[in-house]
Amino acid sequence: MKEKLVLIGNGMAGVRTLEELLKLAPDAYDITVFGAEPHVNYNRILLSPVLAGEKTISDIVLNDREWYASNGITLHTGKKVVDVNRARREVIAEDGTIAPYDRLLIATGSTPFIIPVPGHELEGVIGFRDIQDVDTMLDAAKHGRHAVVIGGGLLGLEAANGLQIQGMDVTVVHLMDTLMERQLDPESGRMLQKSLEEKGLKFLMATQTEAILGKEHVEAVRFKDGPEIPADIVVMAAGIRPNIELGKKIGLHCERGIVVNDTMQTFDPRVYAVGECVQHRGMTYGLVAPLFEQAKVCANHLARYGIGRYAGSVTSTKLKVTGVDLFSAGDFVGDADSEEIVLKDASLGVYKKILLKENKIQGAVMYGDTVDGAWYFQLMRDGTDVSGFRDSLMFGQAHLGDSGHGGQNAAATMGDEMEVCGCNGVCKGEIVKAITTKGLFTIEEVRAHTKASASCGSCTGLVEQILASTVGDYSATPKKKALCGCCEYTHDEVRKGIVEHRLTSHQAVREFFEWETPDGCASCRPALNFYLLAAWPREFQDDPQSRFINERAHANIQKDGTYSVVPRMWGGITTPHELRAIADVADKYAVKTVKVTGGQRIDLFGIKKEDLPDVWADLNAAGMVSGHAYGKSLRTVKTCVGSEWCRFGTQDSTGLGIQLEQMTWGSWTPHKFKMAVSGCPRNCAEATIKDFGVVCVDSGYELHVGGNGGIHVRATDLLARVATEEEAKEYCGAFMQLYREEGHYLERTAPWIERVGLNYVRERIVDDGEGRKSLYQRFLESQAVFQYDPWAKEVAASDRRRAYFPIKQVG
Amino acid sequence: MSDWIEIGSLDEIPRQGARVVKTGSGNIGIFRTLDDEVFALRDHCPHKGGPLSQGIVHGARVTCPLHNWNIELATGQAVAPDEGCAARFETKVEGGTVYLQLSGD
Repeated sequence: MKEKLVLIGNGMAGVRTLEELLKLAPDAYDITVFGAEPHVNYNRILLSPVLAGEKTISDIVLNDREWYASNGITLHTGKKVVDVNRARREVIAEDGTIAPYDRLLIATGSTPFIIPVPGHELEGVIGFRDIQDVDTMLDAAKHGRHAVVIGGGLLGLEAANGLQIQGMDVTVVHLMDTLMERQLDPESGRMLQKSLEEKGLKFLMATQTEAILGKEHVEAVRFKDGPEIPADIVVMAAGIRPNIELGKKIGLHCERGIVVNDTMQTFDPRVYAVGECVQHRGMTYGLVAPLFEQAKVCANHLARYGIGRYAGSVTSTKLKVTGVDLFSAGDFVGDADSEEIVLKDASLGVYKKILLKENKIQGAVMYGDTVDGAWYFQLMRDGTDVSGFRDSLMFGQAHLGDSGHGGQNAAATMGDEMEVCGCNGVCKGEIVKAITTKGLFTIEEVRAHTKASASCGSCTGLVEQILASTVGDYSATPKKKALCGCCEYTHDEVRKGIVEHRLTSHQAVREFFEWETPDGCASCRPALNFYLLAAWPREFQDDPQSRFINERAHANIQKDGTYSVVPRMWGGITTPHELRAIADVADKYAVKTVKVTGGQRIDLFGIKKEDLPDVWADLNAAGMVSGHAYGKSLRTVKTCVGSEWCRFGTQDSTGLGIQLEQMTWGSWTPHKFKMAVSGCPRNCAEATIKDFGVVCVDSGYELHVGGNGGIHVRATDLLARVATEEEAKEYCGAFMQLYREEGHYLERTAPWIERVGLNYVRERIVDDGEGRKSLYQRFLESQAVFQYDPWAKEVAASDRRRAYFPIKQVG
Repeated sequence: MSDWIEIGSLDEIPRQGARVVKTGSGNIGIFRTLDDEVFALRDHCPHKGGPLSQGIVHGARVTCPLHNWNIELATGQAVAPDEGCAARFETKVEGGTVYLQLSGD
């Protein structure tokens, strides 16, 4: 006999919980749903576009009746639940329907706050909450002329905008002197008011409503101090209140909302609650992302998985009034310790304010140009130290570094056919279609369904914008980014655990951190393998099956399943002898393409897997070793000819490049690691877009770090100036070791430095001489283990050679 | 019903890994999971034809090395939301020897 689950409230939070539950444990419960409205589950956020005539009711349905039926859910629409007998565990609806439960989920949402002025009970005085309210407004627009909206917040302005589009003469009455004072500072609030006035809305600011006048139906509104204006409809949008009527009645502990713990459980352990009706750690939420986060946690506990805690949310707001671009997040008022960065251009209609405290973003308000809203919001959520790029912060993500793939247009102005994700060829139209037809709400969902931003991730901000403008409300919960779907812990937590608890095997890590999968996934296995070998170079037994194929086969897999092979050329220097050997290999194994790489090496393409050991043996015989062009490891050290030949050269850049490469080759890093040494500031080796770059000057060596020539071009930051080659090598080893010990797997040095801040890296490498020396020492110790030629090792292990061949040939 | 073909010893396939059987009509990947279950799939990802045998094997799935599609080893089906299927073949392990049946479905 299955247990019975009853959901009270057929809205977004409650039904989302069911969706999550069905994913985890489809057969755990007999489910019954009660909804007070006569409709199926719809997207309440999109009522504003429905009112504005931009969408229809059927556009905003999230789950049709077919969905309830096919999941075996009994649906009671139009039946308000009036009581719950917690002793007998029964839910009682208005019409007498009784449903027994083993677990109860309350998601009664919120109700509009109706200001109790005289006349508030007249016909035509409504809130803005459900489809019925929208119908009433549309009806009023057909028959009447004058609309009054009380409340100049988000909801009120959206209602006013919709009513005006429907042809009504709309006056917004607001108690405060600027609009949306909870989301906007006075400056941006006034800009918003001005642009809405240009669209034809009227405003009565700092005005208090005294009475609503009329016999049965509303006729006019009177304000304090006397004046009156005519009204055929009055929309009360003075805020919402958690709907705790039922919760209170049945004796659950309520304050402002129904109080729940981190597992969304009320004071009655059989009763859970999610959504706008709950109060969690003293907070109530009215935005969709927090509700969905709650839904996920609640579903997990209903499915008896018993993991996952809801820890509260940071929210952001976007106003859904077509033609008005507005974004707000966090605390934008600040206090004595906070600092403001403000940009204002009244004639362009642009206003941006970023509030900082201790170099971290506390809040942001943007008006007119909200392209970077998602980016600021992410920096805020992640608590990123922005000191390294504070001077260009205001100009947005596209101005980080020198140039690159970042220059994006505002999502809203893009055509449907415009490509958003260049890696996977996904256009805006496809993303919008997936969001609307599949009911997607999070960036992860969009990524899974469309692949947009799933590869290099450079379009994530743009996809988030499209999501925000399509869904209408988009706010992400603070990212405690788990390492992967197999565990609850972050990269940092896992790394720390590996060191502190002496975890020296994959199995030990998975057991300690309670992995949900027996042997991980394709994301966490390579990450753990790296973290383990970085922490325990001697103790850890490397696991080839947890490495990506390129590191298992010591060559780069190509799209047709063949491999490419790159021998090492120290500092980019080669000899006729090596070139002859390479040419012989190319002839002997019918290499299809011979390519000179960006890192000054030669790449041989189209080699069959079974030929790899023979190719390596031939290259080894000519004195060449693996170039690690396939690894999350030291790739190449690019050099210019330097003082040996060049008339401008100040130092022996080639010689230093070779020394650096001989010191660092074979080392594993969180992501690939590229170096270069230029002989003078003309910088022919392009050292300032490398992970570690040396620019020689007359007095010594400038050491630059964190450059990247990839998706976002990022010029390096200057780490230090040193006088000798020995110092350059010590700094280089120490920097690599710090990155190895603290970078997240698959995080290049550029985002790593942006995450931890250049100051931090300087403190550890430059200011702390002892620390630098011990980092360098640890680097050398690790090199004693890992610096060997994997090709020679594979060639020598004759029993391994079979592994490169098919196990069997049939027919 | 076609005959069982002897492929080789189970020990020759690495745990959480795969080996390839070459046939006249393309390669077949023979996969071995952590708990020594053996599966066979056409070595051709339904997405862009990547060699599944070279992917990371985890649980009863393999991740294609080219674009990270996850494929169920037991059915050949791509894990949602990706859609597609790699042909699967029957396998059995008897006395430490792996056998394969070539009539794919």
